Amino acid sequence: MNIVVCIKYVPDWEAPASQFRIEDTRLVPAPGIAYRISDTDDEAIEAALRLKEQHGGRVTAISLGPAAARDGLKHALAMGCDQAILLDDPAFEDSDAAGTAAVLAAAIRKLGDVDLVLTGRQAADWDQGQVHAGIAELLGLPAVIPARHIEWNGSEFIVHRIYEEGYEEIAVKPPCVVACSNEIAEPRYPTLRGIMAASRAQIPVWTAADLGVDPGQVGRAGRRTRVLRLYAPQVEAKCEFIEGETPEEIAAKLVQRLREEKLL
Amino acid sequence: MTAEARGIVAIVEPAEGPAGTLTAELLGVARRLGNDLNQPVTAVVLGEAAAEAGPLWELGADRVIRVVHPLLNQFNLDAALAALEPLLRQENPNVVLMAHTFQGRALGPALAFRLGTGVATDCVDLRPDAGGGLVLTRSILGGNFRAEVVIDTRPQVVTLRPKAFPPAEPSTGRTGAEEEFRPELDPARIRQEVRRRVQEAAAEGVRLEDARIVVAGGRGLGGPENWHLIEELASALGAAVGASRAVTDAGWVPTSLQVGLTGKTISPDLYIAVGISGAVQHMAGVSSAKTIVAINKDPDATIFKYARFGVVGDAKEILPALTREVKKALGKA
Repeated sequence: MNIVVCIKYVPDWEAPASQFRIEDTRLVPAPGIAYRISDTDDEAIEAALRLKEQHGGRVTAISLGPAAARDGLKHALAMGCDQAILLDDPAFEDSDAAGTAAVLAAAIRKLGDVDLVLTGRQAADWDQGQVHAGIAELLGLPAVIPARHIEWNGSEFIVHRIYEEGYEEIAVKPPCVVACSNEIAEPRYPTLRGIMAASRAQIPVWTAADLGVDPGQVGRAGRRTRVLRLYAPQVEAKCEFIEGETPEEIAAKLVQRLREEKLL
Repeated sequence: MTAEARGIVAIVEPAEGPAGTLTAELLGVARRLGNDLNQPVTAVVLGEAAAEAGPLWELGADRVIRVVHPLLNQFNLDAALAALEPLLRQENPNVVLMAHTFQGRALGPALAFRLGTGVATDCVDLRPDAGGGLVLTRSILGGNFRAEVVIDTRPQVVTLRPKAFPPAEPSTGRTGAEEEFRPELDPARIRQEVRRRVQEAAAEGVRLEDARIVVAGGRGLGGPENWHLIEELASALGAAVGASRAVTDAGWVPTSLQVGLTGKTISPDLYIAVGISGAVQHMAGVSSAKTIVAINKDPDATIFKYARFGVVGDAKEILPALTREVKKALGKA
């Protein structure tokens, strides 16, 4: 089973807002801020590794630059991916989801012979949840989002897709694209051996020319959406703290205040 | 499809409970845009057992198009795409709207790519710009920042965050046109099959999405053995139960209780958050709650920034006392 996992390497999305600065239509992280593999992309790597452990095959991690994404790919290798490829070219800069999907789809096509493409459900920086759909549509593959479980029964993938009231059991034939939710698998920590091997590994770089991507379809030129403005929403702090000597006293005061506000 | 794209299409989800407001929110936005841009509003309904046209007209639709095929009676992404692509190519609308539900999260982006156009997901606000385009407000980085974006291609596909927009008031007796669209679906293009649906959310009681009061628990409760404290308070209040992602991830309760960016968006009058730190990704799910009460051991917890009332203390001590007081106050003791 050949699996490609698409990962994004992003500034720590759990860092406080004060760690980011708005510069025109860009969000610029503070100098020392850590970068991480995006939320749910690492779960997608774990899901891929577990499928490989059960059914054999090969797991390839790919990421659209910048060059810093190389560290994310090293982490993917350290976790146990067999191969990692960085997709980097000045033509890719400023891609929106359409451009990103076009580059990733071209890389998957170049790899060839892929049974399953895994992604996270939405990147933790822009929270869009679009790229998986773009890859699927550009490659003409079926897509399932968001998945909290995946297994292979010998002829098809059985995917549990989350919906409001629970989950749907979906049977989907390979090749297909599945966007993983955080419930799918707890990501493993790389072993020391894995980290050593990853640090020595060569990560090839594929450019627009390597991928046969038309520069007009990606980067700034290929955008279908534009950002006009970024801003930080204001939160007003106006919390009234309820205090008391005992839990009973606090509870009674809180209930009284809620009744005064006609909330009970 | 850029030339003369006209009209607002709203893709309606029929599968909502009686207290649901998704359709009214969706048509409220569609009608407002229809008026502002002077363009007709078309409600598109997938499936045979779908809602009647009457209420959709009353909520603002000028036309209702029923898209009928046996494969559309339950949401199947491949079938929905195969059916909607020819319809939307024929309609050539300016805007395609849908709710950012689990259906919309899958359908919105896929439909946009199928049509070769752009999409903005999980929008919390929008307004028309001078040229008939939309300025769409999205929350990014979990909710710490907002971005205003425009889509330069047509149709502009937009998914709307539930509870972020006011529901339309029905205008009684308003009528419109009704049509049927029967797509031919090529079985070779239906590459996925929904084998079964497993409902984990309680079938009875108040739906989390519609509840007036919600009691939600987080990791600060200490462990699943204390979850009954949340349920007891909720029961005393007649409230629905919610949870933070930390708790659903840990398997204390089913995913269907998760409130937040990757779970449900709710807008109760009263949200009681117990042992929830208040990460921005969680707060994205309750940003339209009217009043938040936070109970947390940590006086510096972020949740107090959003709360109207705060209690600093151990949930294991506060909750039983609060449940007793609520029962007393509501005459249930």
